[in-house]
Amino acid sequence: MAMFRNPFDHRFRLSSKGCSCGQHSSEAEHAAATADGLAATSDEALRLRRSVENAVMRALFPVDEQRRNFLKVVGASTAYAAINTLFPIAAATDVLAQGAPLEKKDLKVGFIPITCATPIIMAAPMGFYAKQGLNVEVIKTAGWAVVRDKTLNKEYDAAHMLSPMPLAISLGVGSNAIPYTMPAVENINGQAITLAMKHKDKRDPKSWKGFKFAVPFDYSMHNYLLRYYLAEAGLDPDTDVQIRSVPPPEMVANLRADNIDGFLAPDPVNQRAVFDGVGFIHMLSKEIWDGHPCCAFAASKEFVTTYPNTYSALLKAIIEATAFATKTENRKQIAEAIAPANYLNQPVTVVEQVLTGTYADGLGQIKRDAKRIDFDPFPWESFAVWILTQMKRWGQIKGDVDYAGVAKQVFLATDATRLMKEAGLTPPTATTKTFSVMGKVFDPAKPEEYIASFPIKRI
Amino acid sequence: MRQTSLRLRAGIVSLAILLIFGLAWHLAVSGTGPAQQMDPEYAKLMGQTAVQGKSAMPGPLDVLGKIWSHLKEPFYDRGPNDKGIGIQLTYSIGRVLVGYGLAMLVALPLGFLIGMSPLMARALDPFIQIMKPVSPLAWMPLALYTIKDSSISSIFVIFICSLWPMLINTAFGVSSVRKEWLNVARTLEVGPIRRAFTVILPAAAPTIVTGMRISIGIAWLVIVAAEMLVGGTGIGYFVWNEWNNLSITNVITSILVIGLVGMILDQALARVARAVSFPE
Repeated sequence: MAMFRNPFDHRFRLSSKGCSCGQHSSEAEHAAATADGLAATSDEALRLRRSVENAVMRALFPVDEQRRNFLKVVGASTAYAAINTLFPIAAATDVLAQGAPLEKKDLKVGFIPITCATPIIMAAPMGFYAKQGLNVEVIKTAGWAVVRDKTLNKEYDAAHMLSPMPLAISLGVGSNAIPYTMPAVENINGQAITLAMKHKDKRDPKSWKGFKFAVPFDYSMHNYLLRYYLAEAGLDPDTDVQIRSVPPPEMVANLRADNIDGFLAPDPVNQRAVFDGVGFIHMLSKEIWDGHPCCAFAASKEFVTTYPNTYSALLKAIIEATAFATKTENRKQIAEAIAPANYLNQPVTVVEQVLTGTYADGLGQIKRDAKRIDFDPFPWESFAVWILTQMKRWGQIKGDVDYAGVAKQVFLATDATRLMKEAGLTPPTATTKTFSVMGKVFDPAKPEEYIASFPIKRI
Repeated sequence: MRQTSLRLRAGIVSLAILLIFGLAWHLAVSGTGPAQQMDPEYAKLMGQTAVQGKSAMPGPLDVLGKIWSHLKEPFYDRGPNDKGIGIQLTYSIGRVLVGYGLAMLVALPLGFLIGMSPLMARALDPFIQIMKPVSPLAWMPLALYTIKDSSISSIFVIFICSLWPMLINTAFGVSSVRKEWLNVARTLEVGPIRRAFTVILPAAAPTIVTGMRISIGIAWLVIVAAEMLVGGTGIGYFVWNEWNNLSITNVITSILVIGLVGMILDQALARVARAVSFPE
């Protein structure tokens, strides 16, 4: 992290080979040994000033040796004063702190009232948008199709979507093809399979033949995970059971009315069903695939290119909110901020049980799983590839698919990497990874082989 | 005298029905079911319905309390997704009036044209017959897609649903003006414009207003559904938002409010109808 080192210290090297002062074999060792490591510069204002100073010093002394000699001779404070007359460092820092001028300050961001949208929602009451100089109205929306249409209409500048939706929109599946981007994942895990109380003895999915299930949307992780889970149990999700798409808020009412036998739904719907004694949590989605993405922050490519600075500020606000939400000690505070009628409109205990992971399962047990829902903004391209394989597996897309190409265009990993660094998170260095779903390893480099390996499919 | 006593008696019967209904409702939902044995720590995580076996249906007293709390503060505004019931009603009524007004501007002249010209009546008939039975909400996706604005889309849906009753009634009213009156006008050499305004319009007015009264009823029915679908603002969104929270108390409250506003709109047009009716 040479970027945040004091460039007026002759002991440090600004070039990034080895450790920054050259006395240690690795950067980690160096950080441990010096008080001026990144830990000391965690204060954001200082970090910003340091990056400006670094830029100036690098420009003045292209050869680092010269800078160090110069500083040794005249001393740091004199050098700072001298250079400050040439280049107003304080003013430049201010400019950088404010960011480039925002093209548009008043934004509308749509969301569906579920805990997946936590970062998008909490950024409003907790001031993450305001910190970036944005005036964002977060608007509650009735369903995914409406969110899609309102975003395509440009009524919303950006929106909370299910992570398969930007892929589907970009491919023109279920709507006109419009280039769409997904610069950040909202949450990982955080869904569950809930069954009606009358099925509390039918815990084996093999006995679920003839069940009616609800998922929030056709193009949702919920749909793909439920289908995957059922297919692994030998049930054909198209013929042995019925899967229908029902907006999350209507699921509990439908479960109570005996219209459906269960659902794979986002929270707080699952917990709400338990809270009202209507159903029980059969399993968390985390048990199907630990670390699966669910919802996403999405914007049209047009928005990204027309308002680059606004987009950057907005994404930064979301990523900082996500960083705040990853810390379990903040979760109670977040639950209180997002439960009122203006946002989720749910009892606080319900939201709290979801976010803290200490929850009633509906069968009389208290379960504890701090990772029940987690937040990780990084849009892995391999997630996109997996989603595309499932779309193809269930016949939503046909023919040849450019898996890697589409994944790269829609899941904007580069922007997330840069802004995650600025928010103090550690982004991964790769953009793809392998993972396993229900014990079966997925290799993003071989999507077609992966699809072919399933006995139940629609190809 | 007889009139007032009938009215009084009817009022007493209405009140009695209300009281009996309220009492039955109260008895049906009060009392708790078998309380379940639960670990207190677990019970803390659960809702009242699950813990005490309390009915999920609120009683009449809960609803009255809720109505009172809405009446106390009908115009609060706590952010874009949480506004008072008064503000929501204003949005809905505004949309209905705009959509309805536009429908009137189209339906009345077009209805006159159809009613006065048998050729146009025949030519437009197939279109009207096909469009009339379509549920206005089926237009919603198309409207959202083409108009690209959800608020204007709901106004469009109101427009399209209030159009048909007005159009058909106007056409029918105009075409069934008694031939004698038209013949008298012709003998007196009244010009077509003057004939339309001084002979046909007054004669057809009662039928036209009946169409308008049907339309406003339908428009008010449809706005609630449209707003539930699109969300954002309006009384329909309010119902949806409270459904989302499974708050039956608020849903019942809004049902009563929706009924009340619908009645007021209908009564307003009933007055107009009385004003334009004439004895033959």
